Amino acid sequence: PRVCVVGSGPAGFYTAQHILKHHGGALVDIYEKLPVPFGLVRFGVAPDHPEVKNVTNTFTQTARSGRCGFYGNVTVGRDVTVPELQQAYHAVVLSYGAEDNRVLGIPGENLPGVYSARAFVGWYNGLPENQDLKPDLSCETALILGHGNVALDIARILLSPLQLLRKTDITDSSLAALACSKVKYVWLVGRRGPLQVAFTIKELREMINLPGARAVLDPADFTGLESAVKDASRPRKRLTELMIKTALEKPVKMQAAAARAAAPREWGLKFQRSPQEVLPSADGRRARGVRMAVTRLEGSGDSAKAIPTGDVEELECGLVLSSIGYRSLPLDPAVPFDSQRGVIPNSSGRVEGVPGLYCSGWVKRGPTGVIITTMNDSFDTAQSLLEDLQGGVLDISPSREGFGLVESLLHSRGVRPVSFSDWEKIDAAEVARGKAAGKPREKIVDPAEMLRIIGH
Amino acid sequence: PPPPFPRVNVVFVDREGRQVPVRGRVGDNVLHLAQRHGLELEGACEASLACSTCHVYISEPHLGRLPAPDEREEDLLDQAPLLQENSRLGCQLRLSPALEGARIGLPRLT
Repeated sequence: PRVCVVGSGPAGFYTAQHILKHHGGALVDIYEKLPVPFGLVRFGVAPDHPEVKNVTNTFTQTARSGRCGFYGNVTVGRDVTVPELQQAYHAVVLSYGAEDNRVLGIPGENLPGVYSARAFVGWYNGLPENQDLKPDLSCETALILGHGNVALDIARILLSPLQLLRKTDITDSSLAALACSKVKYVWLVGRRGPLQVAFTIKELREMINLPGARAVLDPADFTGLESAVKDASRPRKRLTELMIKTALEKPVKMQAAAARAAAPREWGLKFQRSPQEVLPSADGRRARGVRMAVTRLEGSGDSAKAIPTGDVEELECGLVLSSIGYRSLPLDPAVPFDSQRGVIPNSSGRVEGVPGLYCSGWVKRGPTGVIITTMNDSFDTAQSLLEDLQGGVLDISPSREGFGLVESLLHSRGVRPVSFSDWEKIDAAEVARGKAAGKPREKIVDPAEMLRIIGH
Repeated sequence: PPPPFPRVNVVFVDREGRQVPVRGRVGDNVLHLAQRHGLELEGACEASLACSTCHVYISEPHLGRLPAPDEREEDLLDQAPLLQENSRLGCQLRLSPALEGARIGLPRLT
């Protein structure tokens, strides 16, 4: 059986890996719109989290295995359609993730100085489409809207000592911009309370321990929470206890001025504040602050809702980062898409109403989760596909040409795919360039340059 | 002469509940041992305490005999689906006589 996977991030690779492992005859081709593989592992995971990126080693083993093909620089939905892939393969798995972000939907959102977290992360991680972002880091205060791990990542990158960032695979140009950054104070602002934060303890601890930066948490935000989490799940309990401890910590015995000097940068969490409007500067040319609705909580736990109280508060800042979630986009008219939930309607990865079509990863379950979540989810989809193969639900009697058919379509459309060994040339070039600077790699951010390196 | 590294017998229980008896050596890393014996235990971050894909369950009384997890392992366990009282990260465990007869279970995927 010939299987096609669309997307070469963790979802695509783990789905391919599971199918190849459990079906000795399956041939799997992975398509990727960029010339380079690995999706958010390359473009989303923070530069100072290199161990998380070790997972690419197992993906590389999969890609190099005999029954797996990789075709980069092919945009499914444009260069080849999903119905065409369904003609070429017995099964097609959509694992293309979430390339967009949710919008605030408030006035002033488009003012200079306001960026989506997704674009900012793409910027410092070398995602080609975000290289022109040129974020303005000339202000002292940044507001990050959102209480997830992406928000913490951005706070950490904004406030990390340069000598730490210099040794990572952060792009050279973003490093230069951060070297000139005036940002000193970063507030992470959420609509709900401490018990609803979505970030996790490892990342919070990292932020608390960040050299040169002081955590400023208001003890008043944490009154009564100790008992509120007594019966909570272990992760929620430990996370809340760490926030409480940090908020209540007596400052080390030194003068306030000395404390400021030791840790000139500050970050903090603000709760129960919902953004209403990004306020413009006097000349109307940039953001100067955000007006927030003060909220109260109705309900508790994960399902608590933030209800405006009528009170408002203005927070001054020159940089606003909206970190309220990624979002998937529909790929092809032939693929059903639930635009409200931002996912492909499915049942255990089987796309509803379209036999032979599957999905895995964020486009299947929504854009949250780390490697283990996506891994489990991908294996779940692969299981469905393998069951369908075994049970005859997937008919493999018609012969399918796989890439043979797709190749001629791409050729007639002037599209030249990038192979995995082509990627390995780009990879080698990046590693070589990074070596001189003491970095694991210097990412190439221009697709045209990538293609030049491989002689395309 | 006796083997330089004493043997330890454990039983892995795979995700479908099948038992896989394994004879390892003192000092063997539990994640790598499982992988060498064909168990589907991933180590995405390659034992660098940056993921929870090697999450396993350890039977009592063996669990209590192990050195306690450090803070970093505890933080990562918080992110593991189907966390239980007897959860550990396989990459942080080494076989020892204390684990003789232990059952090491793999969590269901979903």
